Amino acid sequence: MPSRQPHLCGNERISVRHLCVEYHGVVAVHDASLHLNAGTICALVGMNGAGKSTLFKALMGFVRPSAGTIAVNGLPLDQARRARAVAYVPQTESVDWNFPVNVHEVVMMGRYGAMNLLRIPRPVDREAVKEALDRVELWHLRDRQIGALSGGQRKRAFLARALAQGASVMLLDEPFNGVDIRTEKLMIELFEQFRREGRTLMISTHDLSHVTSFCDQVVLINKTVLAYGETSSVFTSENLALTFGGLRLEASPTATIDPDPRQAP
Amino acid sequence: MTAVLTWLVEPLQQEFMVRALLVSTLVSCVCGLLSCYMTLKGWALMGDAVSHAVMPGVVIAYALNLPFAVGAFVFGVGSVALIGYIKQMTRIKEDTVIGLVFTGFFALGLTLISKVRSNIDLSHILFGNVLGISSSDILQTVVISLLVLTVLVVLRKDLLLFCFDPTHARSIGLHTGVLHYLLLSMLSLAAVAGLQTVGIILVVAMLVTPGATAYLLTDRFDRMVWLSILSAVISSVAGIYWSYWMDASTAGCIVLVQTLLFLLCFLLAPRHGLLAQRRRSPRASRFPSA
Repeated sequence: MPSRQPHLCGNERISVRHLCVEYHGVVAVHDASLHLNAGTICALVGMNGAGKSTLFKALMGFVRPSAGTIAVNGLPLDQARRARAVAYVPQTESVDWNFPVNVHEVVMMGRYGAMNLLRIPRPVDREAVKEALDRVELWHLRDRQIGALSGGQRKRAFLARALAQGASVMLLDEPFNGVDIRTEKLMIELFEQFRREGRTLMISTHDLSHVTSFCDQVVLINKTVLAYGETSSVFTSENLALTFGGLRLEASPTATIDPDPRQAP
Repeated sequence: MTAVLTWLVEPLQQEFMVRALLVSTLVSCVCGLLSCYMTLKGWALMGDAVSHAVMPGVVIAYALNLPFAVGAFVFGVGSVALIGYIKQMTRIKEDTVIGLVFTGFFALGLTLISKVRSNIDLSHILFGNVLGISSSDILQTVVISLLVLTVLVVLRKDLLLFCFDPTHARSIGLHTGVLHYLLLSMLSLAAVAGLQTVGIILVVAMLVTPGATAYLLTDRFDRMVWLSILSAVISSVAGIYWSYWMDASTAGCIVLVQTLLFLLCFLLAPRHGLLAQRRRSPRASRFPSA
């Protein structure tokens, strides 16, 4: 079913060239370039204020770059967005969990872009939602109000929405914040399935142990892309020191950094 | 039995009562539907602001012999745009900007009404005049109501998504800026319609209370809409009857019934009411901060 599969178009999913973004004359990201292929899980690592959110916003077309270009699936961003190629999975803190919608309705929202103006679900939309909910093991909870889910189930509901959308690129904002170890394992399994399907995932994370455990690639960012590429070659102590402003960190599988060293007690 | 029947039927022999009931039922449907979005978006203060800010528009429109809705709409949307602009250009917080802009507009309206020669009665604008509504005002209210209802029904899912998760809405290509101003424009129009029934001062109740009442009763948006409309219509009809038999302020009675319905739900709502919460966790509700 074409609508449920990632939009395949060459091997390159994300291509950012010499991207500059400014807010009211203040440079947030300067001359950033990176390329990600299909079937990649990429960690986005940097301090608070290093430009992670700005890069996500730019990839979703929310901020207009002052210079540079972005292409997704080989298409200019506007076209890629219209094709619903990019899905964003928000941080759980930014969602109103008391909102009167149930799980099924939330996942159906992933299909809105493909529906007519009245957003009346067609059989194909219902099928896509069912499949997405089955994959994250939430179909039996579809009638629950979204806030009645547990923390891990909430995360999975939003992953299901990105799946139902048929996105080939998923941007995940701190997906492991506040989840228990079991949910984390389940989510990583899902991410690995998505990779096998040829989707590209970009995951912003403060937990460096994730980078080595399941991310093929890593993008280190501090106002610009300092380095990107294979985790084994990029994720070095020297590069991390650059990323975290001189803070020496061992690139060990268990390392965790404080989100914002400047505010550390 | 006969007494109840008389109580219900006698007012209907007066033409002005029939008109008032029909107009306020229609307005209640519009405001009840819109108030769901206002409640969920957290725009109660914005509703208050817009309803006050339309005042100079109403005065100018009457003075120029234009439909009052036109003037009100221009000033309603203008106030919203001004609030957005000042907030963007300065570091002042939104609630302060809202307070600042709407009082400024309201003051302009008050000054104009005292200087411009016209046959408008200030108290009718402030407190509504549904019992004395004219035919041309009824026509305007019907046109406004049908327009707002159509927009809200056609775009209900987009607006719901916009209220729930604007980031996702934008990422799948919905124009959230358009939805934002469209919802605010509908708010301006609904405020104008509500103004006929309960006046500028109390119209915010029409735009907030039914939605808040319904929100306590259900976790489904569709049901929330119907319950909100139902509570708005019940309040208007009961309020008008009450004001007829008590010879009391119509606007006051309508809003009072709305508030009573809210209090009833606040206490007795099956899941989100006070008693249900106490039953579930008696300790937690007694010590909310614990």
